[in-house]
Amino acid sequence: MNVEQKLSTNKFVVDEGNPHIVIHQEKMDAAAVKALTLVCPAGLYTLNDKGQLIFEVAGCLECGTCRVAVAHLPGAMEWNHPRPSFGVQYRCG
Amino acid sequence: MADYDAIVVGAGLAGSTAAYCMAKAGLSVLVVERGDAAGTKNVTGGRLYAHSLEKIIPGFAAEAPVERKIVRERISMLTDESCFTMDFGSSRFQNPANASYTVLRAEFDAWLAGKAEEAGCDVVCPAVADDLLRDNGKIIGILAGEDELTADVVLLADGVNSLLAQKAGLKKEISPHQVAVGAKEVVELSAGAINERFNLNEGEGLAQLFAGAPSRGLVGGGFLYTNKNSISIGLVITVSEMAKSTLRLPDMMENFRQSAPVKPLLEGGKIIEYSAHLVPEGGINMTPTLSADNVLVLGDAAGLCLNLGFTVRGMDYAIGSGALAAETVIEAKEKGDYSNAVLAGYQTRLENSFVMQDMHTHKHAPDFIEHTPRMFKEYPELVENIFADMFTVSGPSKLMLKKTLPHIRKAGLINLMKDGFKGSRAL
Ligand SMILES: Cc1cc2nc3c(=O)[nH]c(=O)nc-3n(C[C@H](O)[C@H](O)[C@H](O)COP(=O)(O)OP(=O)(O)OC[C@H]3O[C@@H](n4cnc5c(N)ncnc54)[C@H](O)[C@@H]3O)c2cc1C
Ligand code: SF4
Repeated sequence: MNVEQKLSTNKFVVDEGNPHIVIHQEKMDAAAVKALTLVCPAGLYTLNDKGQLIFEVAGCLECGTCRVAVAHLPGAMEWNHPRPSFGVQYRCG
Repeated sequence: MADYDAIVVGAGLAGSTAAYCMAKAGLSVLVVERGDAAGTKNVTGGRLYAHSLEKIIPGFAAEAPVERKIVRERISMLTDESCFTMDFGSSRFQNPANASYTVLRAEFDAWLAGKAEEAGCDVVCPAVADDLLRDNGKIIGILAGEDELTADVVLLADGVNSLLAQKAGLKKEISPHQVAVGAKEVVELSAGAINERFNLNEGEGLAQLFAGAPSRGLVGGGFLYTNKNSISIGLVITVSEMAKSTLRLPDMMENFRQSAPVKPLLEGGKIIEYSAHLVPEGGINMTPTLSADNVLVLGDAAGLCLNLGFTVRGMDYAIGSGALAAETVIEAKEKGDYSNAVLAGYQTRLENSFVMQDMHTHKHAPDFIEHTPRMFKEYPELVENIFADMFTVSGPSKLMLKKTLPHIRKAGLINLMKDGFKGSRAL
């Protein structure tokens, strides 16, 4: 089972137009970009064929791993909690 | 006058415990929680050591939504070809003081927040505390959306990411060496199938930890816990290690569940949730400032969690720190003094309790684990090689010593002795 299928078992309420994570690739080095594609448990960071980092906020598990991975690079990421009522809602946890 | 004596940010185990104890002592308490209900944003591996909650709510397991009482422990070392498992069961686990239970946080946290509410707290969810509210620099409450809520003291129990402790200048940015990322699946399976598969009686549970192949030699490991009607299974890997990985975390997770020793355990089960969360594992070196005027930091927000390579423990520390924070605030209320002169008593209480004593006992563990990668690769391989040789017959037999020595030499006898010595003093 791939991760998209696993994520589809979760309950999410997406805050359309109000992403709680915003990335700034121009503030990242190559190592940070690579790290993001590896560490995100939901696999939400991918590279397109031009080497640009593509981030999909829907499916975010709100773990904060990406935040920590680029914490040493000022301005690389704005990471916040989703607004109340939005985001993942674990039924098991 | 402030709206409340105390505001607690986060209805996890630390926050709800603190709120419950303060309300029991007659304080007015507000809890804000960002999830739709307490627990809906929280993830754990699975095992709650009962001792700390037992002191606060004796016999809690009879009413709380615990899953199973753990009576069997397994540790497995995996390589791509083999699996070596130690299996331990003991009637000692029957004693309530030593007991541990598997839990699922959505249900468990909702129960504990309910206890706090019953004791008289206002629990508001969903509400995100966006920042601390200050008056001339003094912390006087929190800002949640448009709402300004005031209190004599704010308890930050907002978990490992604690954005508020950072904003308050109490905590530095987390480094990728200090936290692990945990990915977890909950796999639904009937109670009967679980009992049969793991050789358990009704209500009994098993905890299993996996070293070696699941983390592909990176610092980390796998876990499996049996719940009533499901199995929790996952991986925990240090973030700085994950950044060096050749595989993505979700793919490592899938490989783990598909691996030969694990797959049959989940056979016929259905994944009902996929979750992830950070685990503080920096130990005492990542402890933030725990108290200042009008503010305290609790639980994972304070880094009060241990990863000893074979087990993660944070829930009993969260509960313990919650109770001690409450004691301190109750004293501050009596004295009418919420400055750090009184609130620093929280640090002393922690130092004198199992919480900080454990952090000190295991203070070398994070360093040992990070600098002994052999624990996660060479040693599981060593065990595999020895046992594979012991049980393989394909011609004339050799003495045990002759079989094992080459493998030990490969791993390095000196390394093995050094690591054994250091490990026994760190873990
Ligand atoms: C994969 C994994 C396996 C683990 N296994 C075990 C184990 O087997 N045994 C064990 O003892 N420990 C284990 N742990 C550790 C344990 O889960 C934690 O130590 C424990 O949950 C910490 O509790 P807490 O109350 O401090 O924090 P949390 O449970 O994280 O609670 C924080 C709360 O604050 C809320 N919050 C955060 N920010 C805000 C805000 N701004 N406004 C409002 N609310 C907010 C959150 O929604 C949450 O409810 C594991 C952890 C992980 C991730
Ligand atoms: S918070 Fe976690 S799940 Fe969400 S994008 Fe970051 S790493 Fe991925």
